[in-house]
Amino acid sequence: MSRLPAVSLRGVGKTWASPGRSPVRALAGIDLDIAAGEFVVFLGPSGCGKSTLLYMIAGLQAASAGTLEADGIPITAPSAERGLIFQEAALFPWLTLVDNVAFGLSIAAVQPLKRREIAAEMLRRVGLGDMLDKKPDELSGGMRQRAACARALAMRPRVLMMDEPFAALDIQTRAKMQDFLLQIWRDSGASIILVTHSIDEAVALADRVVVFTARPGRVKTIVPVDLPRPRNPRDPRFHALRDHFQDLLADEVDRAFLEQEAG
Amino acid sequence: MTSANAATGPLPVPAGTAPTPPAGPSRLHAILRALGWGALSIGLFAGLWEALWAAGLLNPLLLPPPHLFLDDIAGTLKYFDRGNRVGSRGTGGVLPLLATIGWTTMRVTVGLALGFVGGVLVGALLHYVRLFRNLVLPTVLLLAPISPVAWLPVAIFVFGIGDVPAIFLVFITLFFAIALTTSAQIAAVPENYLNVARIMGARGRQTFLRVVLPAILPGLFMTLRLNLFAAWMVVLIAEAVGVGSGLGQVVSLARSTFNARLTFFTMAIIGVLGFTFDWALRQVQNRMLWWIAPGGQGR
Repeated sequence: MSRLPAVSLRGVGKTWASPGRSPVRALAGIDLDIAAGEFVVFLGPSGCGKSTLLYMIAGLQAASAGTLEADGIPITAPSAERGLIFQEAALFPWLTLVDNVAFGLSIAAVQPLKRREIAAEMLRRVGLGDMLDKKPDELSGGMRQRAACARALAMRPRVLMMDEPFAALDIQTRAKMQDFLLQIWRDSGASIILVTHSIDEAVALADRVVVFTARPGRVKTIVPVDLPRPRNPRDPRFHALRDHFQDLLADEVDRAFLEQEAG
Repeated sequence: MTSANAATGPLPVPAGTAPTPPAGPSRLHAILRALGWGALSIGLFAGLWEALWAAGLLNPLLLPPPHLFLDDIAGTLKYFDRGNRVGSRGTGGVLPLLATIGWTTMRVTVGLALGFVGGVLVGALLHYVRLFRNLVLPTVLLLAPISPVAWLPVAIFVFGIGDVPAIFLVFITLFFAIALTTSAQIAAVPENYLNVARIMGARGRQTFLRVVLPAILPGLFMTLRLNLFAAWMVVLIAEAVGVGSGLGQVVSLARSTFNARLTFFTMAIIGVLGFTFDWALRQVQNRMLWWIAPGGQGR
């Protein structure tokens, strides 16, 4: 393909430096291209820096080394073109759902009627079309995450990033949310980068899975998942992939665990 | 239906997260019940007082029961003065009573408003401007625990006799508490609220007005309500000493003339006023902070 990658990382590293303590290398030497419309999952042990990488792509944190580009333009600041969804929905409790979704549009000075229209459409798309004037507190966790998706999608992002978005949800809701996410992905045409430590989630969703090593996080390997969608967790190929990832991660999880034990 | 819609159906709002406001008739019922209990509570208190008097256990000159101190209201009202004048003897009637209440209420309201706004400004500076914090915070922490009453002489030295020292004392009562609350609350605003604002392109002032301020407002209101009663205490003291008019002056007059009837009448007025103020503040809170108001609906 001649098109520019949606996200391009070259030699990206992150070192946490705090005065009086030895610097901690969180990430090192990350090279990665993410194509437009691709669904990529970051998989790795806790503390491998995969969330940090997400925050750097979002422009919320600066890299200590390397270059990050979105559509060929260096990433220097956050942008609504690269939406980010957190583990908790982070909806503003003082705004109704529709006002939450319209928040970015109002910052962008879109006319009130127009932005309500767009926000209502986005909420309808995530299945919350009859909840426009509810408060966030009145929703379940899954609904709040879908509203957070609608808020990001209202800005028509090129890349939608998610930092363990379903980790706080119960198992049944998680499965539903995965279906929902695939649909959002198809509708929006955005690239999706999903951070998780759930192997099942990675195999169920990804075009490619980027497996990280324990700290300092490096790309251990990149595994394409070419199972047709919708994917059936009982499919033997699903099982095989899951076992493969389990083996890949086992060493890293052991290392991360030993490191944590050592303090 | 699509899978997204399928996911909508079986996800009810968890019980307890969304208390539904009672509908019309049952809400009226609830109000009537609260009023009933209130009347019963006050009735019992007054009844006990009256019973002790009837039994001859209370000296009516020192502790006159309600029927005695409410006996000659016209006479009692003579002690209230219409104008905001120092040490004048009143003309009597309801208007002077209302004027006296009005002056005291004005001092409390203006003092609270100035303290709130000033406290938020200084609190925000304490949080955002490091040099300001380093220079000012230690002094604020030193001054904050000083009782507002101890400021009374200072207020009179600086502002003389009049409205200003009373307003100043109310201001002091609230100012330090709001400044420290503001600073602490801004620090506690969830990081991801700020991240969302940044991603959506909000700049500094937009972020403060549209994200930080609404996020800290509930905490500020709590501080305001906690300090409301202190503000009422302080204004009475200031009026008794440094203003020479208002309800505090009447209480002071009652004390120095050994007028128990006037004392208890004024106390009753002050009690009703304080209650009304707190109630009004709760109403404002329910409107402004609709998202945390018990049973408040999403607009």
